[in-house]
Amino acid sequence: MRYDSLLDSVGRTPLVGLPRLSPSPDVRLWAKLEDRNPTGSVKDRPALFMVEEAEKSGRLRPGCTILEPTSGNTGISLAMVARLRGYRLVCVMPSNTSVERRQLLEMWGAEIVSSPAEGGSNEAVRRAKELAEEHPDWVMLYQYGNPANAESHYATTGPEILEDLPSITHFVAGLGTTGTLMGVGRFLREHVSDVEIVAAEPRYGELVYGLRNLDEGFVPELYDESVLTSRYSVGPRDAVRRVRELLDNEGLFAGFSTGAIAHAALGIAARAHQEGRRADIAFIVCDAGWKYLSTGAYAGTLDEAESNLDGQLWA
Amino acid sequence: MSIEVRIPTILRTYTAGEKTVVGSGATLTELLDDLEARHGGLRDRLVDEKGLRRFVNVYLNDEDVRFLGGLETSVKDGDHVTVLPAVAGG
Repeated sequence: MRYDSLLDSVGRTPLVGLPRLSPSPDVRLWAKLEDRNPTGSVKDRPALFMVEEAEKSGRLRPGCTILEPTSGNTGISLAMVARLRGYRLVCVMPSNTSVERRQLLEMWGAEIVSSPAEGGSNEAVRRAKELAEEHPDWVMLYQYGNPANAESHYATTGPEILEDLPSITHFVAGLGTTGTLMGVGRFLREHVSDVEIVAAEPRYGELVYGLRNLDEGFVPELYDESVLTSRYSVGPRDAVRRVRELLDNEGLFAGFSTGAIAHAALGIAARAHQEGRRADIAFIVCDAGWKYLSTGAYAGTLDEAESNLDGQLWA
Repeated sequence: MSIEVRIPTILRTYTAGEKTVVGSGATLTELLDDLEARHGGLRDRLVDEKGLRRFVNVYLNDEDVRFLGGLETSVKDGDHVTVLPAVAGG
């Protein structure tokens, strides 16, 4: 397939069946390979949409500095887009993220401001909001509250999935900014009656929940509970176990957030099979495993992997 | 007769530092009332007059109770309840 430039090739990712992990011909699992995007993650879609929307509205002008709180993937996507469009990018990123994310950000020319590990992305958001006040000329795209994030999935990811799988009954994705679930979820609900929209939320180690008080908690502005059917919390042990099942059974090399999503998807598949219901379950492969090899969680026992990921923002 | 409840670091001042406590009840509300009897002050940090507090997530066997029956969700012996503050991803 031919494209005029790298940015033109964002999206149109393959949806592949997982015949070995699917319980029966009536209950099938499908993986949407978002790692096939230019920087290797689903975040290329919202990054491109948010930049283009800000350009259209006049908020982003040549030479501008973009500011973004990110645990990594959105920053990496923005860094690639910013480099091609001539913007400077400052990312606020928690210190407990993998070294590869840092290396990739620097490779595409982003500047990194580290935020403390305690409190995870909540702290990155807080620090970025402070920086935005100190630098009123910087443009914070703010993935957690920017409608263009969800819109990118409403306009592209959702229609692609429906075109490839008109018989879809369930959609499963990770819950971070909530953009994927809100965008794809709204689109599918408009077109498929009784479709179930299921969130898999990573459950991190205690360090990440180390807030000083509950009022420092954070719910993304984009989040609308009514779009979802159910929401599951998935710990690192189940995520790693599913990442290994994807590798062993289907040859699919995925990151740990995908492992958490696959855990929820496989649970739904098992239940549908048990209850004798037909199901076509599509889930998002957010990225491949390359960026997480340094965690050591692809080798050794599950206990070792779990302890390696403890305290890390692994999804 | 017991249901295990995991308590986040931030609320362990109410449980004498314990990571997990046990309680009983037929619904989440009853379970929280039971816990309140031994861990005074905990319930108010989790619920207000409108229900679960905005930045509090409660999971029953890993499923968010807001998508089950909220505070009226049925619970039973052997269930696991996890309380976590809401955090960002992305």
